[in-house]
Amino acid sequence: MKPSRRDFIKITSAGAGASVLASPIYNWATGSVETDRTNRSEEYTRTPTYCEICFWKCAGWAYTNDNGEIWKLEGNLEDPHCNGRLCPRGTGGIGMYYDTDRLKTPFIRKTIDGKQKFVEASWDEALDMVADNLKNIAEKYGPECTALFTHGSGGKFFGDLLKAFGSTNITAPSFAQCRGPRETAFLATYGEIIASPERTDIRDTRCLVLIGSHIGENMHNGQVQEMSDAIDKGATIITVDPRFSTAASKSKYWLPIKPSTDLALLLAWINVIINESWYDEEYVERYTYGFEPLKSHVQQYSPEWAYGITTIKPNVIRETAREMASAAPAVIVHPGRHVTWYGDDTQRLRAVAILNALLGSWGRRGGFYYPDRKTLPSYPHPEFPEPERTWRDAHPGKYNLALEVVSNDICDSTIPAPDRECNFKAWIVNGTNLIFTLPDRKRTLEAIQNLEFMVVIDTMPMEITGYADVILPECTYLERYDYCRTDQHREASIALRMPAAEPKYNSKPAWWIVKKLASKMGLEEYFKWKDIEELLDWQFKQVGTSLTEMKKIGIKKFPRPYDDMYFREGEDIPFNTNTGKIELYSTELAAEGFDPLPVYKAHEEPPAGYYRLNYGRSPAHTFSRTANNPNLTDLMDENLLWVNPKVASEWQLDNGQPVWLENQDGIISEFPIKVRITERIRWDSVYMVHGFGHANKKLSRAYGKGASDSELITRVLVDPIMGGTGMRGNFVTFRLEKPEGKEVES
Amino acid sequence: MRYAMAVDTKKCVGCADCVVACQTENNVPIGYCRDWIVENTAGTYPQLELEIRSERCNHCANSPCVRCCPTGASHYEDGGIVLVTGEDCIGCGACIASCPYDARYPHPEGYVDKCTFCIHRVTNGQKPACVEVCPTKCLYFGDLDDPESEVAQILKKRKYKTLIPEAGTDPQLYFLT
Repeated sequence: MKPSRRDFIKITSAGAGASVLASPIYNWATGSVETDRTNRSEEYTRTPTYCEICFWKCAGWAYTNDNGEIWKLEGNLEDPHCNGRLCPRGTGGIGMYYDTDRLKTPFIRKTIDGKQKFVEASWDEALDMVADNLKNIAEKYGPECTALFTHGSGGKFFGDLLKAFGSTNITAPSFAQCRGPRETAFLATYGEIIASPERTDIRDTRCLVLIGSHIGENMHNGQVQEMSDAIDKGATIITVDPRFSTAASKSKYWLPIKPSTDLALLLAWINVIINESWYDEEYVERYTYGFEPLKSHVQQYSPEWAYGITTIKPNVIRETAREMASAAPAVIVHPGRHVTWYGDDTQRLRAVAILNALLGSWGRRGGFYYPDRKTLPSYPHPEFPEPERTWRDAHPGKYNLALEVVSNDICDSTIPAPDRECNFKAWIVNGTNLIFTLPDRKRTLEAIQNLEFMVVIDTMPMEITGYADVILPECTYLERYDYCRTDQHREASIALRMPAAEPKYNSKPAWWIVKKLASKMGLEEYFKWKDIEELLDWQFKQVGTSLTEMKKIGIKKFPRPYDDMYFREGEDIPFNTNTGKIELYSTELAAEGFDPLPVYKAHEEPPAGYYRLNYGRSPAHTFSRTANNPNLTDLMDENLLWVNPKVASEWQLDNGQPVWLENQDGIISEFPIKVRITERIRWDSVYMVHGFGHANKKLSRAYGKGASDSELITRVLVDPIMGGTGMRGNFVTFRLEKPEGKEVES
Repeated sequence: MRYAMAVDTKKCVGCADCVVACQTENNVPIGYCRDWIVENTAGTYPQLELEIRSERCNHCANSPCVRCCPTGASHYEDGGIVLVTGEDCIGCGACIASCPYDARYPHPEGYVDKCTFCIHRVTNGQKPACVEVCPTKCLYFGDLDDPESEVAQILKKRKYKTLIPEAGTDPQLYFLT
């Protein structure tokens, strides 16, 4: 059955939970004093958790008062991710729990009198609908035609469910919209990925080079802390950014590069370091492959050549190269995190990887350390079925070097194409607002229209919920157990998250939802644990601890069995590459038909009257996820458009003036954004913080606040190597008058 | 005893964690704050400088707010911490007008509120919430009369300034430059 057009529905029902509004808060946005949260108390209990506001997942404690209300969140002193200090988002994570705009009860889409509506449903009703639809679609097309998009801890349970169901099409935007090119580039070079938290030894570095990475504005907690430690120790910071970022202001050298030319600078640095013999000869000789081809390849990339492209003076390029070399091997040319910019991102990150190899920083103190990690065994279950197809079968031979499922490719393969037999028919979306996360919104919506079924599991009425057939309200991280955190670090550790309070409203944790769904789908044999406590306790006991102990300590560390965080002098290291060496010349890229050494290619520049749209992070927010958090909107409730004074005077813009933005494809921002005139940005680009400009009125604090960069990112520069979506090739101009059909909310 | 705080502007990234931690620790209503961030940019592209400061009550040794308070609600505690006793405050706002640092705000419950240096924590041997949470460790707190305290040590080592020294308030919030 072809579904009717999928209208975006705003949840209009008051929601079953409306009568149980607990602890309403002072609403600054509306100016109404509801009641103040006065939860501080002399007596308190503290419960271990790890943060869900971003992927850094800092371990901490939730303090509850004698009424069982959450008072505050603090970091766990033992946690290497945060060292007892949560970031502003983690500290303000409490707002996610208290947000009265939360999803409160399950909803299902129904057509009543020809009009599509969301109707409140019981959990049983909603889960039956999910199970029936997924089963029907599996019967018709195979279980592989269901995909899971996830970003967050609950996703692991949904992933298990999908694997038991017979599909491995599990994707997170954190690969193809974020760090994917970095992982593919480092794997091609070193045979290992960077992973998270990054294995950068910033604490002990003598020189930190940031290329578009704005640590301090991105609050990747441990990195911010270590950068501060490095400043204390007198490390040199070199920041390459067209914008005078916070990090740039802490730097000895700020290189105000012309946007999109970073690869030219990197190649010129490689040229100088080789030609001046400033590279680590012994390291290069012992560990690397392809030095001679690299040397002849970069002869064309002199600092003088790069000057004309990057606008960075040749003497500055040489001086900064010398700074790096004199600090080596305690130097980090930082691989960044959100690196999907121009579509040649894997090649740019290859240049970063090569530069680090020449400086001998990989495997060295103050460079890149070898992380350790404790993995917990899975609770015993039958082997997952082998799927007949995977996402790769939709486009044979494409993105062979993608290490994870490419989210945008799932989107593409949902839109029917004549040359493809199988299209995705159902999406499960957990904790990721795809409308804001994926670029090219029109294409995302086209894909959604072609779905036969979509279930969204979230804590908030994000835009994606409006397109769902079933909405399931997940409780926040402060109200639930999840799988334990097992991320890498200098020392392996595991961290527990357990509920600090009962779930508010009619919301449920992911593990409960999945266990229920599994039994409705006939997959209960894969989930034999009675409840999450039994599951976690079993896992903990495999590594010598227990749930009882973990509840007391929150985090357990496992000392490294060997002293192998750095290479020992003269040690021979087998690298997991084709040649067993660090591949300056990539045999893997060559085999796939890509440039084995990075080649500079110019990117399109903005036409007259247009400015490159750059976007980034604020320390107060994580993407669009926090845009409605009452504590965090109190710090920042809208994004501003950074405009250089020269540009402002040309357009006669005033500080605080709301403007609409129109991109090269004629797309106009839904809402206006206020101008911030500042010397901190170049005249050829504008900048805004990502995650604002929400169009769902149910997000009462976020609705209409600022503009959304994602809706203006309609030109996507796809990285042919790993499928990443380059998003910095969009140009915008100002619309000073209210365009027809647009709202004035900002 | 003389409590003081030093803020390292070379490390502060202006993330406002100090603001959120203070709000939750002290139940400051959303929409108000006892500490805040100031960013000053100087120069023209690309010759630029940026100073970021985490600011709060200066706990002045010569406080205009204490002097002008008609009820004695604003007063000094041991160690020079300037406090407001909510019950004694009539909300006249004289202290708000007198403070050169704009450090006080009218609490919706009808009294004037401000930074307390987290006296409830300090008397328990803890540091103020903002100091304890700061990811860049740019806040130093302690007793200036104790030469071994970290605030005394850092002020001995580093150059610093105070804000609006010409007001003669003898502020106890120092900014490392």
